[in-house]
Amino acid sequence: MAVGIVIVSHSARLAEGVAELAGQMSMGEVTIAVAGGTDDGSIGTSIDKVAAALQKASSPDGTLVLLDLGSAVMITEMALEMLDAQEKERVIISTAPLVEGAVLAAVEASAGSTLQEVAEAANNGHDMPKGHQA
Amino acid sequence: MPVTTGDIRDWIQRSGQVLHENNAYLTQLDSAIGDADHGINMDRGFQAVNKKLAGMEEADISTLLKTTGTTLVSTVGGASGPLYGTAFLRAGVATAGKQTLESADLITLFEAALEGVKARGKAQTGEKTMLDALAPAIEAAKQAQAAQASLAQIVQAMVAGAEVGTKATIEMTATKGRASYLGERSVGHQDPGATSCWLLLQALADSIKQA
Repeated sequence: MAVGIVIVSHSARLAEGVAELAGQMSMGEVTIAVAGGTDDGSIGTSIDKVAAALQKASSPDGTLVLLDLGSAVMITEMALEMLDAQEKERVIISTAPLVEGAVLAAVEASAGSTLQEVAEAANNGHDMPKGHQA
Repeated sequence: MPVTTGDIRDWIQRSGQVLHENNAYLTQLDSAIGDADHGINMDRGFQAVNKKLAGMEEADISTLLKTTGTTLVSTVGGASGPLYGTAFLRAGVATAGKQTLESADLITLFEAALEGVKARGKAQTGEKTMLDALAPAIEAAKQAQAAQASLAQIVQAMVAGAEVGTKATIEMTATKGRASYLGERSVGHQDPGATSCWLLLQALADSIKQA
């Protein structure tokens, strides 16, 4: 089992897209579950979708959650509060930028790394260069 | 006259109406400094709440507030979902077992809500958020209580405090939420979250007046 990944985004299409991109790097070795948009499909976050994605990506090795903006953190924290203590301990909410973090985490997770290692890999996304600084 | 279960139910229903009527106004405020969804989100959330409460005739004050909280969390969609959701959940916990609310109970209810919002949003006053309406409202309530005001007067004082606090957000720079992306450019706009908080308190005052 590899570490599972959950993508939480205000946009369903953004979440799907990030999962698609990260999934290409992990070549099907990693479960990447998405929670994008509200229950009625508009922009926002849904606690039920986050809870379902956490369930889907749940792994004995742990789960890393990556998210887009502000309130995604709060809704993810509330979804985690509904889990039992043991399950909760196996989940880390990453502060990494969504795209870079998800790709780095997917690569690391596909190599069979621990949750801590996957979380650290995602954090490298904070200062990943994109071309030359203007 | 203490606040009854019927008053709380009336408050939540009235809040739904008020938020529905102010849907466009709140969304307009939010379009200036945020993501233009606050009115839509709050309206959607309270519609879901009132649909849910309609089937719960026997619910007590605590249950009404908690159900409001959990429903807002799962239906609002924006940041106000977890924030107002937590506020109502904490209010529900703070009123457990109460059949009516005296002035002190009402202040305890709102203090619990305030602490919940601060903890959930990792926020303080002065950051151009709903806290800037709620915190001065509670301060005003405490002052009114110390001056031996009646419960209805205390709630009126809360509304006045929330109004002053909401208007004070115009001059604030946002450091929390989507408006913080605008930095200095958020100055000059009234915060939509503070405004909805003020509207909710006004709805409470109207519910108590009706009773």
